[in-house]
Formats: sequence, C-alpha cells, structure tokens
Amino acid sequence: MSQLYLTGASPSSGADIRDVATAHVPFRTGRLILWAVILLVVLNFAWIVANNENFGWPVVAAYLFDPTVMSGLYVSLWLTVVAMVLGTILGLVLAIARMSKDGLARSSAGLFIWFFRGTPLLVQLIFWYNLSTLFPQISIAIPFGPALASWDTNSVITPITAAIVGLALNEAAYMAEIIRGGLLSVDRGQAETAEAFGMTRGRALWRIIIPQAMRSIVPPTGNQLISMIKATSLVSVIAMADLLYSVQSIYNRTFEIIPMLLVAVIWYLFITSILNIGQSYIEAYYGRGERQNGAGAKPAAAGAAVEANH
Amino acid sequence: MNAVQTTKPLVRARDVHKSFDQLEVLKGIDLDIMPGEVVVILGPSGSGKSTFLRCINHLEAIHKGLIEVDGEQMGYRIRNNRLEKLSANAIARQRRKIGMVFQQFNLYPHMTVLQNIIEAPVGVHGESRKEASQNAMKLLERVGLLEKANNYPRQLSGGQQQRVAIARALAIKPKLMLFDEPTSALDPELVGEVLATMRDLAKQGLTMIVVTHEISFAREAADRVVFMDDGKIVEMGRPEDVIGNPQHSRTQAFLSRFL
Repeated sequence: MSQLYLTGASPSSGADIRDVATAHVPFRTGRLILWAVILLVVLNFAWIVANNENFGWPVVAAYLFDPTVMSGLYVSLWLTVVAMVLGTILGLVLAIARMSKDGLARSSAGLFIWFFRGTPLLVQLIFWYNLSTLFPQISIAIPFGPALASWDTNSVITPITAAIVGLALNEAAYMAEIIRGGLLSVDRGQAETAEAFGMTRGRALWRIIIPQAMRSIVPPTGNQLISMIKATSLVSVIAMADLLYSVQSIYNRTFEIIPMLLVAVIWYLFITSILNIGQSYIEAYYGRGERQNGAGAKPAAAGAAVEANH
Repeated sequence: MNAVQTTKPLVRARDVHKSFDQLEVLKGIDLDIMPGEVVVILGPSGSGKSTFLRCINHLEAIHKGLIEVDGEQMGYRIRNNRLEKLSANAIARQRRKIGMVFQQFNLYPHMTVLQNIIEAPVGVHGESRKEASQNAMKLLERVGLLEKANNYPRQLSGGQQQRVAIARALAIKPKLMLFDEPTSALDPELVGEVLATMRDLAKQGLTMIVVTHEISFAREAADRVVFMDDGKIVEMGRPEDVIGNPQHSRTQAFLSRFL
C-alpha cells in the first residue's frame, strides 16, 4: 500500500502521469447523443416550417424588398433613432435633476418619471395624437397673461410629431432611471477627486463620472433601444406609416396576413441583430482599463501582473 | 526647519469646528502652516485628522471658525461687509492650487496613467496637451514610473498607483499638497516606495500636510508633528520632541503602540 502511494507521489518515477498537463477530456457519449437528438428536432422543425405552404414563403420573398415595406422600415428606423436620441438627452437631464440637491429639480424630475412610466405608451401616443381635443390652441404666453404666439394644435401635432413626442418622453422616463443607476454605480471617491482637483460639476460629470457610468448604462440601454424599435410599431395606431403599418396596408389589400407579418418579423430581427453586435462593441469600448478581454491587450495585462508581483 | 517668522502662513485654521449630525468631530482646531513646511498629523482613528485635512480644501464644510489658504478664505468671501458662501464654481477655482492624494488612490480607471496626470492641467488649468504631457513624463520619471505612462491603473500595483496619484497631484503645480493616509491601503511591502517619493518631495521644499500612521516618516521628514485626539490638537512641535519625548499622556499612550 505505502509502496504504491510512494511511487505514485515520487516525481522521479513514472508518476508524471499525474501531471495535469498531460490530461485529456474523455469522450462524452451522452452529450453527443443529446446534441444529435436536439439537432435532429431543430432540423425537422425547420423543414416542416419551410415546406408548410401556409407560411407563404414565396410571398415573403416577393414582398421582402417591396418599396412600401422599405419606406415603412425607413420610418421605423429614423423614428427609433430620433426618439432614442431625444429620450436619452432628456433622460440624462432628468437623471441629473433627480440627483440634484435642489428640491424643486428633484421633485419635478420625480413627477415626470412617475407619470410617464406609470401610464401605457399606447395611451400616451393616442393622447398626443388627440391633443387638439384638449387644447385646440397652443400658445406661448406670460403665465396668466397675454399670449405672445399661438398655433392651431392640429397644425403642430401631426402623426409624426405625436409619435416623436410620445416615444421620446416615454423613453426619457426609463432612460432617466437607467442613467441615474449608472451614475450611482460610480465610486463616490471619483467625484470627490474631480472636486478636489478643482473641476466644475459639469466637467467632472462629463469627463470622469459619465464615462465610468457607461459600463452599467450601455447594457440596459441596448435593451431599451430594442424595445424602442418594437415600440415604434405602436405608432401604426396613429396612422404613422412605420414597418408594421406598411405590411398591414399590404395585407389589407392582398389578405396575405401571415406572410406579410413574417416580412416584418424578418426585418425586426435583422435590425435587432445588428444592434446586438453594435452593443457588444460599445461595451468593449467602455470596459477598457477595467479588464483586458481583447487578445491584443493580453500581453500588456500579463506584463503588468508580473510587474505587480515585485 | 527655519520658519521665517515674517512670512505669512500658507494655511491658517482658526477655531475650526465640524460636526456630522450630532457628532462633533472637530472641536476647535487652531493651526498655522508656513510655506515650505512639512506637517505630519498623527492621531488615533476617529481623532478627526482626516476630516480636518478635507476641510482645508473644503471637501467638507466647517461649521464654525475659518480656514484660509494662501490668503483666501476657503468656501466664503466678504461682500458688503457680510460673509457669503461662494458658488460651487468659485470653490472649484480656490481648490486649483491644492493637490491631494487619497488613501484609495482614486485614479480615473478609464484613463491611462498619462491621461490621468494631464486631465486637470489640460482641462482645468488650460495648459496645452503637449506641454502637459511633457511635464507629466518628467513627473513620471521622478516617481520612477516612466514606462507605465500608457498603462491603465488596474494594471499597476497599489504602490505604483499611489505614486501615479502623487504625480497627478504634482502636475497642477500645487502650492500645497494634502496627503490623506497615503499608505494605509497598501500592502506592507509597498509602503516604502510611496514614502520614499514623499520624502523626496519634502526635501524639495513643497508645503505638505500629511495625515498618516507612519511614525518613521514623521520622524524623518516632518518639520512639525501635530498630534490630534478627540477632535483637538493635543500636542505639537518638532518630531524629536513630540515623538521622542511626548508630554501629554494621550500622545504617550498612542506612541507606545508603535514602539
């Protein structure tokens, strides 16, 4: 017994077999079978879908690049971009107001967020679209005093403005909370250091705090952006010709409901996939200095680790 | 040090009081610090020494008394014969001649070492990027980290990070340097390199206020040692007197733990 143990532990004997560098992974039969079964099921399902005439794949192919669909896609895309940009800017302002020492700024930002997160987006869109029934005239005026300028509400609130305002204000409420969370995630010492070096609050925020907060702001913002693309489909209720509205307008004529919805689905998936890729690049950018993931940065990190051990 | 009696003190603290909620942490501090003087503040945890340091550059507001740096009252000004609070931007301007080194280093993790150092000179003091970078490289050489200019803080050891933090504070060409327990977060074997850098600065005539637990540093580098306990200055004087021959029982009790 002890003889066996000793030879096993002795480095000079053939015990080198216990050196983990020589280890190999045994063949996992069970896992291979599982893989094969799942692959078979998936392929079979794909085959069934592809050969099911009810899906109308030829129709899907015919309309995928239809001019109406293209213009709807274009509307969905720019509406997403405009609403997201406006929503993020306003969200940043709200987040800063919410964290301010000033009670008025804090409570008005809180009220805004409470209202716009607390009501359904669809309802908000319909309200904006029908604003003229509440306020037939929009004026710039001295409070309780005379109007300086005045417009007919229906000329200001078109489907486009209603869609932009509705989506952006709603988005701002969510972005405000995401940005606030990001700002709070940055170590308090960073703001203090910026302060000690005589930076103004704005500069400290812009140069020191926000770049660090981005690491926790980007992932949920990617979520929001993808939600936003799909949320633009809600504007079809206020007669805005977005992607969903354009496929609806086609199937109302041709009655090819399922194939046309598939066209929309394919485009939504295509856009969100591209956004996912973009998001991972942005995350890598703001993660710099945090952890070295890229292959190119590895030697530097390893060198630093060796250095740090001195 | 031969403090010339005729020159004006760089830092003047008069009857400084500070409370956190109900707890009074500073109970009347009076202290003058001359240009070029190296003052080490010793004292047990909770004695208020870090708080006092942070009051000097107005990171903490005081509740009574006054603090003056370079002839300017920190955080306030007199207008129409009344004392009024300065705006945040005006306070930021007052801080620009004071460098500070923190216990936790607080380097900006998203910037390289070089970017860390030139951030304030370029962004706050309006130096050109080129001029600031040249100066930063000189400072890095001085703290022995020239080859780390393009590394991120995360890639450096604690001692190296703190030396970068010192270079960063020096880059604004401060009239006064504040050190808030600069070696307390370091592994014991890394303390020496940071203290050596600080000893170097002390020799070159920089005005320094150092809050620390490093008695040996106080003995070798300080012109004056201030011992604080329970929000007050208990004893101060030359290091050989305060450390070598403490008069007050609380100073004796504190120092006995280090012998």
